[in-house]
Amino acid sequence: MLGVVRKKMLGQSLLKIRPAVSMLRSYSSAAKQMTVRDALNSALDEEMSADQKVFLMGEEVGEYQGAYKISKGLLEKYGPERVLDTPITEAGFAGIAVGAAYHGLKPVVEFMTFNFSMQAIDHIINSAAKSNYMSAGQMSVPIVFRGPNGAAAGVGAQHSQCYAAWYASCPGLKVLTPYSSEDARGLLKAAIRDPDPVVFLENELLYGESFSVSDEVLDSSFCLPIGKAKIERVGRDVTITAFSKMVGHALKAAEILEKDGIDAEVINLRSIRPLDRSTINASVRKTNRLITVEEGFPQHGVGAEICASVVEESFAYLDAPVERIAGADVPMPYAANLERLAVPQVEDIVRAVKRACYRSVPLAAAA
Amino acid sequence: MATAFSTAKFSTQPFPLNPTSTTSHDSSIVFARPTSQFLGSTRKFRLTSSSKFNLSRRSKTVVAVSDVVKQKKSKSSPSLLITKEEGLDLYEDMVLGRAFEDMCAQMYYRGKMFGFVHLYNGQEAVSTGFIKLLKQQDSVVSTYRDHVHALSKGVPARAVMSELFGKTTGCCRGQGGSMHMFSREHNLLGGFAFIGEGIPVATGAAFTSKYKREVLKEADCDHVTLAFFGDGTCNNGQFFECLNMAALWKLPIVFVVENNLWAIGMSHLRATSDPHIYKKGPAFGMPGIHVDGMDVLKVREVAKEAIGRARRGEGPTLVECETYRFRGHSLADPDELRDPAEKARYAARDPITALKKYLIENSLASEAELKTIEKKIDEVVEDAVEFADESPVPSRSQLLENVFADPKGFGIGPDGRYRCEDPKFTEGTAHV
Repeated sequence: MLGVVRKKMLGQSLLKIRPAVSMLRSYSSAAKQMTVRDALNSALDEEMSADQKVFLMGEEVGEYQGAYKISKGLLEKYGPERVLDTPITEAGFAGIAVGAAYHGLKPVVEFMTFNFSMQAIDHIINSAAKSNYMSAGQMSVPIVFRGPNGAAAGVGAQHSQCYAAWYASCPGLKVLTPYSSEDARGLLKAAIRDPDPVVFLENELLYGESFSVSDEVLDSSFCLPIGKAKIERVGRDVTITAFSKMVGHALKAAEILEKDGIDAEVINLRSIRPLDRSTINASVRKTNRLITVEEGFPQHGVGAEICASVVEESFAYLDAPVERIAGADVPMPYAANLERLAVPQVEDIVRAVKRACYRSVPLAAAA
Repeated sequence: MATAFSTAKFSTQPFPLNPTSTTSHDSSIVFARPTSQFLGSTRKFRLTSSSKFNLSRRSKTVVAVSDVVKQKKSKSSPSLLITKEEGLDLYEDMVLGRAFEDMCAQMYYRGKMFGFVHLYNGQEAVSTGFIKLLKQQDSVVSTYRDHVHALSKGVPARAVMSELFGKTTGCCRGQGGSMHMFSREHNLLGGFAFIGEGIPVATGAAFTSKYKREVLKEADCDHVTLAFFGDGTCNNGQFFECLNMAALWKLPIVFVVENNLWAIGMSHLRATSDPHIYKKGPAFGMPGIHVDGMDVLKVREVAKEAIGRARRGEGPTLVECETYRFRGHSLADPDELRDPAEKARYAARDPITALKKYLIENSLASEAELKTIEKKIDEVVEDAVEFADESPVPSRSQLLENVFADPKGFGIGPDGRYRCEDPKFTEGTAHV
């Protein structure tokens, strides 16, 4: 792969040209560690420096350096015209960002958590997602709505909902769920460059986690394609699909299962809409068993859609019923032990895989 | 015919919309520092006793014109507010709006139009008064009652009519409909069905204008945005959120309230704790003006000031236009709750008739010239209907088009291989 030199060089570009590897096909194999937080910060930084139309808007993104420090340092670098601290008016500023996007600017709207996006959901769906269609292509909306999604630790029912299924059901939106730092960087860059509205669902508990990243990930033109899943671990016996935090759980479950002789294939979905049905189906046709894992509520969730897709396209290949592992069908409780019961754990995944592989007797659905 | 501007009509209203305040004097200004006392609309009732459109006194009845402008007017000899060309232009625009909407009603009852259709009869003065002062690059954001805003902004009547018929030659290829008129070319940013939804979008368009000037360094970018919405919207949270942010960031926007006193069947007075909408402007730090929305010349004067303010970078303005819709909320509305006497009162103040009278009395146009305009408009509307009738319906393949600007999912090229927007990016560093 040729080293890439950014063509777009504006005033204060942060571009780091890597001369040593620019002509070599392979990058150096020494892997760096990078937290998801730094990955997101660097992606925002690079996109803002490359294109002056990109600006960041949200509560506490400026002087507070970001409610979760994702936008640290950006206010100093780009000034208050491009990093805007807003009043607490989700509906208002989401709409303002959509209006700016109609005129070709590229807003990145941060919701402190996606629970607060419900105050602005009219704008996300009605004026962002549907506009390209209603105007027959005249108004495209190159906007990114990002923020932490899903359960954190002990934050209670109103701060813990997962919105992947809600937003992914709406045509006109692209919904992304990064897991590792590589995902975070690549998908956020792709989202900002994308001419359509993107809902970018991060996870607060992943912000501090470190992942190793190769040099190509650190390159400023690194971009991951939207709509492609990643096979994190290749296996033969069962397919486990997951996104966001649950990918980590699935990988740990796979390690445990390996000792029992079950070789699990773990798919990191990365993109909930458009869903990478071909990768999932190809995997199921290989392994013949499927477990879907998600953190959100079970009814009408992401797992339900994946199950339907597999039944429609690969029914003959299934050797066992598809199992959905999802959060408990209750608003998130506060007590720590109840919260642990309400969110899928590694043991739940292990048990489900064993059931699917006929290694144990199926228990009742409320495992 | 009763004078269009007598105070008599207000005395019959149960709730005095404006307490009489004859002590207010001309020198009070509404466009002054936002922290000053609001002094605008109480002066509305200092109307001339004369039943004619007396010019010099007329300027004093125009509410909220700044001090400077007023002084100039009273010093100079009574001059007309508009030239002949402007007058004919305004007349033509209003007649187009009226004729078009009447034709919509006819077509609806013949089954050519369907769904929700909201007509603008009676409110033409607001649309014409404001939009005719804009440039092409200025933006207009409207609600579901947007046909006439589209026409005033320059969208051809043919395109609007085809859109209403659901044909592929419509301004949105039939995919939007009556409530979702968009035109990139004319900077009409919609057409929103949810009330209050357009206000933040308009604020965002104004934000873009400021951003282009300050960040992208397009020094002469002084585009203004107009947001049109109704009295019911003024109780909605998004309205207040945007008044706050527009004033906070001094955005070049004018919030135009078309107060037609009714939100479907809910009277404004029953729904609002303080029905004086213009007062809500100064609460957020911007001027709030009340103007008679049945008089296109008054609206135009106020609009000139407000748009001028925005263009100069002085920030937003809230303009409340008191107007009335002659038809029901939509063509499906039986309109039983409104008092026929109220309707008759406002019908007597028809803005088109009023402008016609003004033009003729001030020798700006003859009866014949105006008749020619009316005939021309009739032909335009007939032609629009014919065009729409003969246009094809969208093809089946159009159903799945336009959902995304980049349908493949960004980063995946049409050949299925990964690509990136960066032109230098060859095979892509991203490997699954």
